[in-house]
Amino acid sequence: MHSMTAMRKKKKGSSISYAKYGYYFIAPFFITFILFQLIPLASTVYYSFFSYFRDGRKWIGPTFAGLANYQYLFSTDLPRYLGNTLILWLIGFIPQILISLLLAAWFTDYRLHLRGQAFFKTVIYMPNLIMASAFSMLFYTLFADSGPVNGVLRLVGLTQEGAPIRFFASILGTRGLIGLMNFLMWFGNTTILLMAAMMGVEASLFEAAEIDGCTPTQIFFKITLPLIRPLLIYVLITSMIGGLQMFDVPQILTRGSGDPMRSAMTMIMYLNSHMFSRNYGRAGAVSTVLFLICGILCVVVMRSLDTDRKEAKKK
Amino acid sequence: MKKVMSLVLALVLVALASAVVADEGKVLNIWCWNDEFQSRFNDYYPGVAEIAADKSTTTLKNGVVVNWVINPNADNNYQNKLDEQLDKQFDGQLADDEKIDIFLIEADYALKYVADEASLDVRADIGLADADLADQYDYTQKIASADGVLKGVTWQATPGLFAYRRSIAKDVLGTDDPAAVQEALSDWDKFNAVAEQAAAKGYKMLSGYDDSYRTFSNNVSAPWVTGDTATVDANIMKWVEQTKDFTDKGYNNKTSLWSAEWAADQSAEGKVFGFFYSTWGINFTLVGNAGEAGFGDWAVCYGPQPYYWGGTWICAANGTDNVETIKDVMLALSADKDILKKITLDTQDYTNSISGMSEIANDPEFGSDFLGGQNHVALFLEAAQKIDMSNISAYDQGCNEKFQQAFKNYFDGNATIDEAKAAFETAIKEQYPVITTVVWPE
Amino acid sequence: MTTQSVKPQGRGVSAGLHARRILAYAVLGVLCFLCLFFFYVLAVNATHNHYEILKGFNLLPGADFSKNLAATLADSSLPVLRGIVNSLLIASLSALLAIYFSALTAYGIYAYDFKLKNLAFTFIILIMSMPTQISALGFVRLIGRMGGTNRLWPLILPSIASPTVFYFMIQYMKSSLPMEIVEAARIDGCSEFGTFNRVVLPLLKPAMAVQAIFSFVASWNNYFTPALILDSKSNPTLPILIATLRSKDVASLDMGSVYMLIAVAILPVIVVYLLLSKFIVAGVTLGGVKG
Repeated sequence: MHSMTAMRKKKKGSSISYAKYGYYFIAPFFITFILFQLIPLASTVYYSFFSYFRDGRKWIGPTFAGLANYQYLFSTDLPRYLGNTLILWLIGFIPQILISLLLAAWFTDYRLHLRGQAFFKTVIYMPNLIMASAFSMLFYTLFADSGPVNGVLRLVGLTQEGAPIRFFASILGTRGLIGLMNFLMWFGNTTILLMAAMMGVEASLFEAAEIDGCTPTQIFFKITLPLIRPLLIYVLITSMIGGLQMFDVPQILTRGSGDPMRSAMTMIMYLNSHMFSRNYGRAGAVSTVLFLICGILCVVVMRSLDTDRKEAKKK
Repeated sequence: MKKVMSLVLALVLVALASAVVADEGKVLNIWCWNDEFQSRFNDYYPGVAEIAADKSTTTLKNGVVVNWVINPNADNNYQNKLDEQLDKQFDGQLADDEKIDIFLIEADYALKYVADEASLDVRADIGLADADLADQYDYTQKIASADGVLKGVTWQATPGLFAYRRSIAKDVLGTDDPAAVQEALSDWDKFNAVAEQAAAKGYKMLSGYDDSYRTFSNNVSAPWVTGDTATVDANIMKWVEQTKDFTDKGYNNKTSLWSAEWAADQSAEGKVFGFFYSTWGINFTLVGNAGEAGFGDWAVCYGPQPYYWGGTWICAANGTDNVETIKDVMLALSADKDILKKITLDTQDYTNSISGMSEIANDPEFGSDFLGGQNHVALFLEAAQKIDMSNISAYDQGCNEKFQQAFKNYFDGNATIDEAKAAFETAIKEQYPVITTVVWPE
Repeated sequence: MTTQSVKPQGRGVSAGLHARRILAYAVLGVLCFLCLFFFYVLAVNATHNHYEILKGFNLLPGADFSKNLAATLADSSLPVLRGIVNSLLIASLSALLAIYFSALTAYGIYAYDFKLKNLAFTFIILIMSMPTQISALGFVRLIGRMGGTNRLWPLILPSIASPTVFYFMIQYMKSSLPMEIVEAARIDGCSEFGTFNRVVLPLLKPAMAVQAIFSFVASWNNYFTPALILDSKSNPTLPILIATLRSKDVASLDMGSVYMLIAVAILPVIVVYLLLSKFIVAGVTLGGVKG
């Protein structure tokens, strides 16, 4: 009976009778989401229109405040922290995507035939496993004024005794190290994802290109890159989201201050500082702003993905 | 016959035990952020009968089971959780055995709980008499009082001193005698002059920016916050001035408290004249950081201004059903001279018994090998009586932390003094939304 | 492409290849050093005592390994074993729920046509970008009212809705799950749910292995949410324990134990990863064969 329907439907080119299963299958996801994320989020957004915080043990509010919280955020430093987040993300992401593409191309290049691939892949993914907070603590030790990095610099004569490079006292040093950490934590992950995509490319395409006399570089730019575009976009989206959520690494490295002069304060760190004081109103407003930014980012990326597809179809 | 006897005896004991706890809750929930009080309690409270293997509970002789609820301090976690549980307690959402009975607090935010209904009056509600409290340091009671009502007690007193290297003092001042060194450092002008002398000989007076902060912030003329206004005291601006001066002239090593560099400055290879440290800091931290090579090379003096650093207070939570047990705990661990003296002799922790401490201070046999035989308890005894904590506010924790953090940018050369001031204003209004104005001296 | 100049065959190519291979090994060598170095530092520091660590960096192992390990395990204020069990339970159950229900949801949207299909997809993509932190305050209040404070389920159940895992799954289905297989299963009389469990899931194994690791690690390393829900004393996870160590009274803070605990915290993850990394490699090749 079932199969008959399926056959008939298939001939008609649709599977409409199965529609209810679509709802059944996505139900657990949406129920969980609504319960554990949407309801809390709704209350978060709701309170963003109130003045509602703790003063010592006492609650002040909730008193309706309209857009006062948003006004406060934009008239103070919020745009700066958004910029910081973007800069910190880019410092890590640019080397991450470049190195990962290079490594993935090398690993999948059968003519290059790199040995010990399993070992290399295992090793480069490892930093992704370490707790971000622990990793950050480790960096703090390594690059401290009397840490081993400064020890080596003095040994080679790049710095003088008693005048170490004070990485965490300079904006460049702090931001650079955060970027380096993010790069180290994520390039292995990205490499593995990109490899999966590159290996999905039909081997016959490469063979044909090679017979035509294409160099590895040409093959990479003209065949591999366009074909793995969907996965590149996936990597971009997830990395961007990860970037917006950046918290543990700068939080631990700067002990929550984002100093020097808050140049490493990210959006979530800013949110955290309002949560710290149980300021439901302002924390709610920061959350709402973050949510809107994330939403807009995603729509933009989705749009570009769609037009991309349509163009591909036209061709 | 014997069996029957022992059975009867056991029954009588059980009856007695349950009689004691008849009107007492069976569970005593103690909230804290680390295991310091837990270990003092387990080691020195006479009412302890049995400690669970994993130490998560302690059974008392009166049958009450102490349940330890420990939440780490990071990111204000302890206070936030405590606040949520207290809210539930007052909303009547908790069963008797879930209610908080005792919670611990630190000085920098003590007033938040002391000035609130969350804590009970030590005298009126718990039943401690004036005579019980007479031997405690006045400042430890000031910190835990609001409008003259005492809301918490502590087993420690934490007066601060200036610990210096004898060898460096000899080189710079020609003497390492504590009385002579104190004479040379007795006010800030003299202190700065010695810093210059030390620099000339290749030493640093202090290790980092924050080292002297407490000696300034404990001696202010008004509380940090009144109403919605934070007032920066002139004395705290003196710290800014001194620290910037020290930094620019190379009198310090630009370190931060608790950093590896700061610890290394206390080792035998360190070139730093001295450190501001309180009781526990000298006996635990400094001894460890100095290492064996530093034994005998250190001494303590009062320094330019009296101050204190650290300490933990015991509060009884409003809504507790264990008042009698709490009274007994408070008496034993904050007012029993013998117990407190024993803690000091066993652990070197300085305790809150003036008469007990003066007995140790006047004991000619007592002295610290680490400090070259000096009796540091005698100095603590003096220093503790000079501490004046009448100007604390509920916001001191955030104000002190954010102030030091903001001005680090200034000392590091990443900000002008006005930018640092602005950074402090932003940070403090963020942490305490109730603060809307910041007033600077002049 | 055919108009590109043809490179001379033979020696020239193999020499160029040789040079590229050397370059590749050199770059990989540097990167591997960077990656392994931190694990090395961690391991070395775990064998030193507090004061040696504070004095500065050590390149060679110290003598306090067993002392630190004993101190970490014996410290009754740190229920390390309980922490490991909790972390394992939360991370593995979260990963299982995440991959199963994400695959189910992705299949629901991929295989069926229904009115709200596109809306549902767009919605999930939008919420994919939502940091969990932004609803944290509301989440804690909700869990408190549901009686979930200090329980494990509030940290496990929400992973049923994992938008990023869903996105990966649906992308993978688009590239590697031909609908013909589903049709064939239907013809064989499989129920829809049975088709998903018996036919579709096995085909998704490679993608699930990859995502299982990602989810496991994310949950294992998460400090933010567990710290809001659990008490460190009675019911900790490993990151909470590490935070406890770091915030312990400064006088009693022991860096040797801190590093030892971090080492204990990352070791199980590495073991799980090494076990599953074969799946990943196999999965990657499998996807490649399918095209």
